[in-house]
Formats: sequence, C-alpha cells, structure tokens
Amino acid sequence: MKKFVKLVPVAILLLFISAFTLNKTTHNGYEIGDVAEDFSLKNIDGNMVSLADYKDAKGFIVTFTCNTCPFAVMYEDRVQALNEKYAAKGYPVIAIMPNNTDVKPGDALPEMKKRAEEKGFTFPYLIDEGQKVYPKFGATKTPHIYILEKTNKGNIVKYIGAIDDNHKDASAVKVKFVENAVDALLKGEEVQQKETKAIGCSIKV
Amino acid sequence: MKIVIHKTLKHFLHKSLLNYRKCKEVLINFMLMKLNVLIVAILLMVGCKEKNKTAKVDNQTTEKVAKNEDVSGDIELEIYDYLGFEDFLNKKDDKTYVINFWATWCAPCVKELPFFEKLNADYKNKNVEVILVSLDFPHLYDKKLKPFIKENKLASKVIVLDDADMNTWIPKVDENWSGSIPATIIYKNDKKQFYEQSFNYEELEKEVKQFLN
Repeated sequence: MKKFVKLVPVAILLLFISAFTLNKTTHNGYEIGDVAEDFSLKNIDGNMVSLADYKDAKGFIVTFTCNTCPFAVMYEDRVQALNEKYAAKGYPVIAIMPNNTDVKPGDALPEMKKRAEEKGFTFPYLIDEGQKVYPKFGATKTPHIYILEKTNKGNIVKYIGAIDDNHKDASAVKVKFVENAVDALLKGEEVQQKETKAIGCSIKV
Repeated sequence: MKIVIHKTLKHFLHKSLLNYRKCKEVLINFMLMKLNVLIVAILLMVGCKEKNKTAKVDNQTTEKVAKNEDVSGDIELEIYDYLGFEDFLNKKDDKTYVINFWATWCAPCVKELPFFEKLNADYKNKNVEVILVSLDFPHLYDKKLKPFIKENKLASKVIVLDDADMNTWIPKVDENWSGSIPATIIYKNDKKQFYEQSFNYEELEKEVKQFLN
C-alpha cells in the first residue's frame, strides 16, 4: 500500500509532463465542439455587428473572405447563394474580412463596400479591424468557413473548412460541404463531414 | 538526494493539483486521440481496399495528364493531377527536395520566389533541387503563368498541380496543412518537414541545412 501511495505523485508527475507535450501538438484557434466567443465588428454600413444581434438565428455561417483573393472571389456568388438559402432558415452568412489593409489596400473598408454593392451582397461584410477576431477562430486563409450552432451554452463550432469540393466550377461540385452541414443541423442531426481542406490565400498580417 | 527528489515530486504534486482540471481534460483528449488513431487505422484499411478497387481508374486519370500545348512559343507546362504529382513527394534518391506550393496570384508566394531560386542555384552542387508547384487556375496558364515564368526567368523546375478535389489531396501532402499558400515541404528520403509559412533566404537556408550531412 505504501509503495502504491509513493507511486501516486509519480503518476501525477507523468500526467503533468504529458500535459506539456500534448499541449504542444494542439493548434491554435477553435476546434469542433468549442464555444465561439462573440465579437463586435464594423460592417460596411458603419454599424457594429455582433452574433448576439441575431436573436432569431439558430446558428451562423461565419465566412472569412476578402476582395483580393482570387479563391474568395470565385466563391462570392456561392456565399451569396448560401445566405439567400439559409438566412431565412435561421443560418445567416456573417462575412469577415481578416486581412491587414495596409498590406492589401484593396481590402480596405471603402473597397469592401464597393465590392458588396457591385455583387449585391445581402449579408453583413465585416472588417476585422486590429485583426483580433480571426486568430481566435484560427482562420488561416480566405475563404475559410466556420459554422456555428446557437445553443444555451453558446455558439458551438460545428464545421470548419471549405464551401464545396470544386473551386473552379460551381456546376461540377460533387459535395456541398457547407450545405450538407447546415442541412444536418437544421434537422437536428450530427454533421457528417466536420472538417474539410481547400487551398486559399493566406491571411495578410 | 532522496529528499531533493521527494521535494521535486511534492512541488509537482502541488502544481499538478492546481492543474487537475487541465489534466482531466488532457486525459480525455488523450483517450480521444487513441480512439482517433484507431478510427484512422480502420479508415486506412478501408481506404487501402478501396484504392485497390479503383487503382485501374486512377492510372487512367494519371495518364490523362497532358502537356499543355503552348501556341505562343517556348514554354511547355508539366501539368499533373494529384496522383501524378505524388511521385514528386516520394523520391528516395538521397537528394534533398524543396517543394514550394505557389501561384502567380499569391503575393507572399511571389515575394519569396527569388529566395527559392537562389537556393536552387547555390545548393545545386550539394544535391538539392527546388521544385515550384504552381496552383494557378487553368484558364490563366497562358495569360498569367507562362508570361510570369518567362519574365522572371525561373530556373527552378516548375510544375503545375491541377486537381479540384482539394479536400482529398491537401491532407495527403501534409495532415497539418490548412490549405493556405505559400507552403513548402523539404524532404530527403524518409525525412520530411512541412512549413505553412513564408520564408526569407536565411530561414530557408537554415532549414535546408538540417537535411544536408
């Protein structure tokens, strides 16, 4: 028994060490199941927008995007279509432009406003001024999608990744990752494909 | 000595208790990780079976990889789908390969290209080869990519990866790659490092030196 008691601190020590080594391997930002913190960011109309403003929403399609990335541009119409399809069902698109506008002047607020007007965006197009929000999410590129489900514990991250499996040609898409995820959530089901990968433009710091 | 060890343990015990919650979390994470490994193993087994089934089809798609005819002149692009490209990541010929994923539309990629070019020139005699993997869009090969290669007189080998099913191939390149570019792999035989970042010449040289004996 005494020996066993002596082993307890050793076991705890091992746990403690493993805590360090394991922590090293986890990457930054939200993972599936995490609660996403709310934010308050400036919209192209000058108003501040928070997730809490959307009282009736069941969740959100948070989309990190910008004007200047060709990948993001290829997906503009599809992001707009997502908002048209899902905002009324309770999952509005919230677009956030994460780039440093000193590096990418084409992504500055007036340019964002111009682009939104040209394309007729029906969703808020927010600017991450000071670049404090995108690192919390762990977004690395544009476009980068995070689907959140509103629960009484907060907005839970349910999906991270791409919009679909073909950036080049919307008509050649085989799997619509985001639509499948939101459809599942609307039915109260588990999201099947929780994380996907796609090429994108690195976020400019 | 014994006392010292005992004290250290006590110290850790104290800290550990403070970290009890964290430990619990870590333990759960650890168990989940184990579960993940199991699932991945099962998936891999299933995947292998599937692969055998579809191997014939895959070969066909690889063969389909065509040389893009260049009407305008001398540059001929080597274009691959992922299956065709995979060979470039798995050479075992004692050479150090520096594989850089880039595109003409990616500003930080274009900015770091001269460093890769310099590396290729400076380390050629040390058995190092730079391969620049363009992810440019097919409809811009003639309008953007070829003129870019020409104007910048790229001396490193340039190949083009054109495979829309990114969710399938990105994790195969490296499981930690989120998909942003620039991204670079340095490898020699079985030793491999992946970098989802921009480089300057000094950083790049430092990383490559790790692979040279």
